[in-house]
Amino acid sequence: MGLSAAALLWGLPGLLLTIALHPALSPCPAQASVPAHRDYCVLGAGPAGLQMAYFLQRAGRDYAVFERAPGPGSFFTRYPRHGKLISINKRYTGKANAEFNLRHDWNSLLSHDPRLLFRHYSNAYFPDAGDMVRYLGDFADRLGLHVLYNTTIAHVTLNKDQRAWNGHYFILTDQKGQAYQCSVLLVATGLSVPNQVDFPGSEYVDGYESMSVDPKDFVGQNVLILGRGNSAFETAENILGVTNFIHMLSRSRVRLSWATHYVGDLRAINNGLLDTYQLKSLDGLLESDLTDLAIVKDHEGKFHVTLKFFLEEGNRSADAVPLPQDDNDNFALRVAYDRVIRCLGWNFDFSIFSKSLRLSAGGELSKKYPLVKASYESKGSRGLFVLGTASHSVDYRKSAGGFIHGFRYTVRAVHRLLEQRHHGVTWPSTEHPITQLASAIIRRVNEASGLYQMFSVLADVVLLEENATAFEYLEEFPMQALAQLETITGRRARHGLFVINMEYGRNFSGPDKDVFFHDRSVGHTEDAWLSNFLHPVIYYYRHLPTEQEVRFRPAGWPLPRPTAIHHIVEDFLTDWTAPVGHILPLRRFLENCLDTDLRSFYAESCFLFALTRQKLPPFCQQGYLRTQGLVGTESLRQHGVESGLLRDYATVGRGDSGQQPGDRRPGQHPLAPGPPVSPFDSNKEEL
Amino acid sequence: MQPQLMMSSSFSVLRVGISFVMMCIFYMSAVDSLPELSPQKFFSTLQPGKATLAYFCQADFPSTSVFLEELNEADKPLQDYGISVTKVNCVTKETSRYCGSEKNLMKAYLFRGHILLREFPTDTLFNVDAIVAHVLFALLFNEVKYITTLGDLQNTENALKGKANIAFSYVRAIGTPEHRAVMEAAFVYGTTYQFVLTTEIALLQSIGTEDIEYAHLYFFHCKPVLDLTQQCRRTLMEQSLTTLNIHRFIKTMEAPLLTEVAEDPQQVSTVHLQLGLPLVFIVSQQATYEADRTTAEWVAWRLLGKAGVLLLLRDSLEVDFPKNANVVFKRAEEGVPVEFLVLSNIDLIVSRVESNMHIEEMHEDEDNDIEGPDMDIQDDEVAETVYRDRKRQLPLELTVELTEETFNATVTASDSIVLFYAGWQAVSMAFLQSYIDVAIKLKGTSTMLLTRVNCADWSHVCAKQNVTEFPVVKMYKEGENPVSYAGMLGTEDLLKFIQLNRISCPVNITSVQEAEEYLSGKLHKDLVSYSSVSVLGLFSPTMTTAKEEFTEAGNYLKGCVITGIYSEEDVLTLSNKYAVTLPALLLARHKEGKIESISLANVHAQEIVQIITNASLEIFPEITVENLPTYLRLQKPLLILFSDGSINPQHKKAILMLLKEKHLDSLTPCWLNLKNTPVGRGILQAYFDTLPPLPLLAVVNLHSGGQVFAFPSDQAITERNLLLWLKKLEAGLESHIKILPAQKWKPPLPAYDFLSMMDATTSQHPTRKVPECIKETDVKENDKEQPEDKSAIRNEPTGTLRTKHWNRSNWFEEAKKQFRHDNKEL
Repeated sequence: MGLSAAALLWGLPGLLLTIALHPALSPCPAQASVPAHRDYCVLGAGPAGLQMAYFLQRAGRDYAVFERAPGPGSFFTRYPRHGKLISINKRYTGKANAEFNLRHDWNSLLSHDPRLLFRHYSNAYFPDAGDMVRYLGDFADRLGLHVLYNTTIAHVTLNKDQRAWNGHYFILTDQKGQAYQCSVLLVATGLSVPNQVDFPGSEYVDGYESMSVDPKDFVGQNVLILGRGNSAFETAENILGVTNFIHMLSRSRVRLSWATHYVGDLRAINNGLLDTYQLKSLDGLLESDLTDLAIVKDHEGKFHVTLKFFLEEGNRSADAVPLPQDDNDNFALRVAYDRVIRCLGWNFDFSIFSKSLRLSAGGELSKKYPLVKASYESKGSRGLFVLGTASHSVDYRKSAGGFIHGFRYTVRAVHRLLEQRHHGVTWPSTEHPITQLASAIIRRVNEASGLYQMFSVLADVVLLEENATAFEYLEEFPMQALAQLETITGRRARHGLFVINMEYGRNFSGPDKDVFFHDRSVGHTEDAWLSNFLHPVIYYYRHLPTEQEVRFRPAGWPLPRPTAIHHIVEDFLTDWTAPVGHILPLRRFLENCLDTDLRSFYAESCFLFALTRQKLPPFCQQGYLRTQGLVGTESLRQHGVESGLLRDYATVGRGDSGQQPGDRRPGQHPLAPGPPVSPFDSNKEEL
Repeated sequence: MQPQLMMSSSFSVLRVGISFVMMCIFYMSAVDSLPELSPQKFFSTLQPGKATLAYFCQADFPSTSVFLEELNEADKPLQDYGISVTKVNCVTKETSRYCGSEKNLMKAYLFRGHILLREFPTDTLFNVDAIVAHVLFALLFNEVKYITTLGDLQNTENALKGKANIAFSYVRAIGTPEHRAVMEAAFVYGTTYQFVLTTEIALLQSIGTEDIEYAHLYFFHCKPVLDLTQQCRRTLMEQSLTTLNIHRFIKTMEAPLLTEVAEDPQQVSTVHLQLGLPLVFIVSQQATYEADRTTAEWVAWRLLGKAGVLLLLRDSLEVDFPKNANVVFKRAEEGVPVEFLVLSNIDLIVSRVESNMHIEEMHEDEDNDIEGPDMDIQDDEVAETVYRDRKRQLPLELTVELTEETFNATVTASDSIVLFYAGWQAVSMAFLQSYIDVAIKLKGTSTMLLTRVNCADWSHVCAKQNVTEFPVVKMYKEGENPVSYAGMLGTEDLLKFIQLNRISCPVNITSVQEAEEYLSGKLHKDLVSYSSVSVLGLFSPTMTTAKEEFTEAGNYLKGCVITGIYSEEDVLTLSNKYAVTLPALLLARHKEGKIESISLANVHAQEIVQIITNASLEIFPEITVENLPTYLRLQKPLLILFSDGSINPQHKKAILMLLKEKHLDSLTPCWLNLKNTPVGRGILQAYFDTLPPLPLLAVVNLHSGGQVFAFPSDQAITERNLLLWLKKLEAGLESHIKILPAQKWKPPLPAYDFLSMMDATTSQHPTRKVPECIKETDVKENDKEQPEDKSAIRNEPTGTLRTKHWNRSNWFEEAKKQFRHDNKEL
């Protein structure tokens, strides 16, 4: 009851008095079974849930966030166990551009309030998890987000209803039995269930979630850590100095994030053990499938590693179990361990979702995540979206969608989709004349943080208008959903489009790549397509690709084969504003796609064209002819004459050979339209 | 017409005669100049059936020597067609009717045997191309049908359906190099195909051609058409009209549309390869033969004239090639291996061929020793000049740089102009220089604060001000909405905008005396030079709607025109004085000291803006770079008087008189001072090639047709002469000196074709650079990674073996092996 009153309060603050009276006047417990309705229900007040709440709030939507803990970001009150975040808090970039600076801010959520930037919350480059909790608390409070704390949603079901936006309502039931009816369900519960591998002896293993973080407890011990992710290495790092040695066992080889360019792989800040392993300091790494393992405890309470295979054969009495070293006396793990620790990551909690939601686990590579479409909508039920860490199946091991600095943008994309789907608000865009196309692209590739963080997942889209005289610019569209662009954005793509993406070189990212190889960087514009470091790539399509084309795109391509493609050459400073190195080749690419001339001209040149040609280049048409020509100054004109691109007409005299502006001098390029001037121009027309 | 009829009957004889004539060529061409004969001698040498072009002249007139040079040059090509060229000297005593009088001295005559076929005034034979084209045109009268209407074309088409194919060409004029190329082709192929020629653009347009500026040749496939209601299929020749290209094109039209082969594509050769065109093999299998054949035919039609298309029957083929390849591409160059491709649709095949043609053309350029255009050289004049100027220190301190923190405080504290620019964007950096110039000019005099925001740094500030492109200038005044500047991006116009915005328009005038001062320009003495007119709205105090409309218009015109409003009780004093009924506008032209009045009953703000804008145009302006766009909006042909320095008062008077008598209503008369607008020389050069004597009058029809007409330079620019000339012009009796080119603005240079570079690495194997071949490994490795990991343990049969992996050294070995294994898969 109290809840429904509170909910109404948000909707109609003006009716405060009425609402306050309401519970007193109608004290009927029967109403508790009538579900309170919300257009949008967000599960979880972690970073993703709060981020979505922010967008819903700004758009004035009817929503509620459900959080089982008494405050936001409860994950960070316990994890990482050693308290240090490995997402960087880069407070200085030497640039004032706030959008650019978000490229190097991995902790802030998106908001209009500059005070809500994480750099105001911590000075540490790798900040403390407690600061994140404080930050998220402030984010929720300052922005007045509607979060129901201490509300554990225990069960979610589907209720078919013709009137519902999606043909069904989501019915959420909390721990007290209170039900909520939601038109759209946004699941931002993260990954909350520790991943446990079942093998004989797994009961002897300490879990990351409950192990001791006090190094004193490990003094002089032999430690075996299962797992090879950041939590495993972080654990090792903590006790490296006090143990006899640490062995680390995992199914596959360690993946170094600086080789894979994936922030979820092992970060350099945690890789101390790699150093001591390779410098022969007794620590070491091994690979094996954990499901084949068995751990047996001997009479001294020490742990021995053996194979499940052996256990099945023989009897199970602890000291009599055959060990691998019985056959193979140099078996690597023949030593006895004092402790075995499990650091195997987390899984999504599927348990609260009823079967009717058809929320299933992702593919082979991402079983721990629920299966979603490129638009983050569940494949099983319309209107159910997965946000935040749990939505990482879309770009697992590729981009940053499982982390704050990535999913803050994908959440925004989902919100834009919802605004179009349910409220007729088309995807935000700006419209420009075609002469601004190169500038619009250059601006975004140099500052856009969403493109940079969510490379190859979110891409900007340029929709051309008829005859390509103007274009619409859409930001950060989920590129795998390109075929559905018209329905998702509510905008038309009938006359061709460009997709602006950021990519690493195709051969540059992988667990065993040498990313420091000689000649790894490309400097020449004609080799731009071989660029290795993150760089902008622009795809041109005459027609919107179909779903089939997107699905069956060539291997290794983020998009189907385009009509033409352009790579802006990689840049050491990620500053793609060089006039000749970056902008000129881009302009040539755009010109050739659109079959037009996109150069800019001074008013004087436009004046000459206006009186000597029937057609004008777009820059003159859209600027000069609308009395917005670029006049220029004397010193610029002088440079123009020196470069041979402009003529000094004052010196054009009688007896001059009469060079046409279209003529080509050696080392000079024509001002005139592309195709060589037809010989007809010089012919007498009377004939 | 009589001689031509006869020619046609004897024409086949001429063809037979060619071989004989060819034998003479060696002898003839060894002679440097034309044979010079007397008339009598000449007529005696004429052989029956043989064509001769003869030029009759009195002496080596200086004026005719250019023609003789051209004729001399045409001798050789004409002889190739069995036509001899002779110069007949009339100086000797003998006379002939062909020698004629002074007037027709300038003529050349074409004979077949003794029969005169045609006479040509020498100015139609202005160069070699014209000579060859005209002579062949006359000889091939029947083979080449000249038509002017679509009806003619349809009749020809209908007549030939089921019988013969047509080569239809459009050339811009008779005597052009393209015309010659068509005639030369007709000489060879004229008996096989019906050649049809037109010079009518309208005809070309009516068959749906877009780029009508160029010559075109279409091949109409009429022979296979049996149903008369059906249209003949058309193939457009896409290369330029040269003899060689036409030959190549017609050869490909003759070749079979689709050939079936069952041999190694590497060994196959057709006429296409000899012509330098690639071959496209569509791979077919027994099971899908019918469908493949249909596809192949479809492709063949699309590629007709561009490539040969063959159907490759795979089943009976012994050569081994990639299983999934469905298209094989063979370049014309020898020694280039064939490419096996997987292309999912016909468009891809076509674009593959077309992009390849592009490359071929570029290669040709290189062969011709013309260095290929360097795509890395800046050809954008604004970008280049800004770049060259980058090291100059601008006195930026004269303007205030705003930031996210200071923006709002600054623009609310004082009236400000803000330039939004981006440091990396050339156009806005060029304009920044003009902006700084304005700051220099206004230094210490203006109450307006000049500020700037670099949107590359403060993108949020710019976004909040709705600035998404650069450069943008906005004016922020207390209590008013920001106004965007929409004038020329230059010092003068921006200065004018800032100055005129010192007063808040429309100015409220409070007394009749003040109104008079306003109209005389005394009230805003320092500003009238910036506004060509001052506008005063007169309203009686009760006309609230009309006043609102006017105020809105005044607001809109802020910064362009000075506007004022008067609506006191004694407003009738003014309306009576200027004889208008209220509401009304008074328009004071300060330069001319004139005051006009316009009634404003029921006129909306938009229309008021229009009225004022039109009124501020001059009737005979000096045209400049800055004001041309305003006059072009009138959409009338321009009558421009080009003058080197200020205008001759007599000329001005003449034009003003014509204006007054309404003879120039269909034109926009203006004059151009080459001293103020030196680019005018560039314009004259484009019209006349060399700079003509000035002053000079021209009519430029920019909006329809692009013709340029020049007033005869030998006539004085007087009212009478001008009027006569304009009348003739209107009646279509004057011929233009030039048609302005109507070419579209295409990309100045090609772009890097990264897509084909990427294709090249995937279709060809390791010979390339290292990083490229790693590319392929990468894909496989990623795919393989998971299964590989699992198999490492699971598939091993016994525990003993398995444990070996766990040995440290073994583990390294194993990893190495695995890596090698991946490499082998390459």
